[in-house]
Amino acid sequence: MNNDIKNLQKEVILTSGVNPKKCMKCGKCSATCPSYDEMEYHPHQFVYMVENGDLEPLLNSKSIYQCLSCFACIERCPRGVEPAKLIEAVKLQVIRKQGQNHLKADDIPNLLDEDLPQQAIVSAFRKYTK
Amino acid sequence: MNVAYYPGCTLKTKAKDLDKYARLCAEKLGVTLEEVDNWQCCGGVFTTANDEIATKLSSVRALMAAKDKNQILVTVCSACHNVIKQTNHAMNTDKVFASKVNNYLGDENYDGSTKVLNYLELLRDEIGFDKIKEKVENALSGKKIAAYYGCLLLRPSSVMKMDDAENPTIIEDLIKALGAEAVVYPQRNECCGGYIALENKDAAIKRSCAVTDSAKSHGADMIVTACPLCKYNLEKNGSGIKVVYITELLAEALGIKEDDNE
Repeated sequence: MNNDIKNLQKEVILTSGVNPKKCMKCGKCSATCPSYDEMEYHPHQFVYMVENGDLEPLLNSKSIYQCLSCFACIERCPRGVEPAKLIEAVKLQVIRKQGQNHLKADDIPNLLDEDLPQQAIVSAFRKYTK
Repeated sequence: MNVAYYPGCTLKTKAKDLDKYARLCAEKLGVTLEEVDNWQCCGGVFTTANDEIATKLSSVRALMAAKDKNQILVTVCSACHNVIKQTNHAMNTDKVFASKVNNYLGDENYDGSTKVLNYLELLRDEIGFDKIKEKVENALSGKKIAAYYGCLLLRPSSVMKMDDAENPTIIEDLIKALGAEAVVYPQRNECCGGYIALENKDAAIKRSCAVTDSAKSHGADMIVTACPLCKYNLEKNGSGIKVVYITELLAEALGIKEDDNE
């Protein structure tokens, strides 16, 4: 593992507050994830890939934008690992960099329909944009 | 009894009925919702990273406003409830986070001591479902109503502390108090798809249909929810079932709102 990746791994673990070593690899997080089918890397994979410093594929995957913040994996993990917090921390490493916003304000008019609640837009900005 | 009230962005726009009937019903039940002055949007989603400070300041300001008046802070929307309760919990339990937040607040300091309740908790814990039952003028007899909790009301349960996250009863108990039959179904606490509706509509359709199909197959005539985004998804991306807000249902039973018979 080179130093950049080591630092990134440290940062993700620190800001998420997650200890991936607690994972017993039961797969319950991915089994309960409502976005499972949309993801290339699933919640349990985030846990072991962060643990192994295998971060490049996660940073470059659209999977980081598929988490619904539903807290199901956080609630149901029998070891209290809280995988969604890792997904969030990896995603922040991407969108905090200049020009890396996943959703741009100019995109919004095309996404609107007359019933769409404001809540959908503010939530999407909170998740996809810095 | 007067409580501080945080309506949130959507209750001022697309979900005006959620707001209007929350106020009218509370008033009828002896509680005045006093809107927090100059409240700002909660952001809709709680960012779990512990170095995210600025995104949580609007919630802290609302919490402080309630504390200044020595009031409970009440939210109706599930998302506001989730963000503000989780922020309050972080202020109360994470000293490093709290000190960083307090650096933004000038001379004031906030310690996470405001009591935060969702409207449902206000009904159950401060007013009491038994008292609500006594005030029912138009019992909703014969209606089969499925409670939809979604994600944000209950999880994470260690922080929300509202009900059992896997086997909740709070909305069903309210439905029964209003004279209707509560339909329990497997998908009631699974996600509707939320904001993914913006960029991956197919995913939202898949999730929302799972919820509405589940409710319908267990005999429900309608779904009741506290969340504007859940209502949008279940109506727009679900498989066709009436969806109403909790406050509309309550208003109908209390004789404040006519049944629209849609």
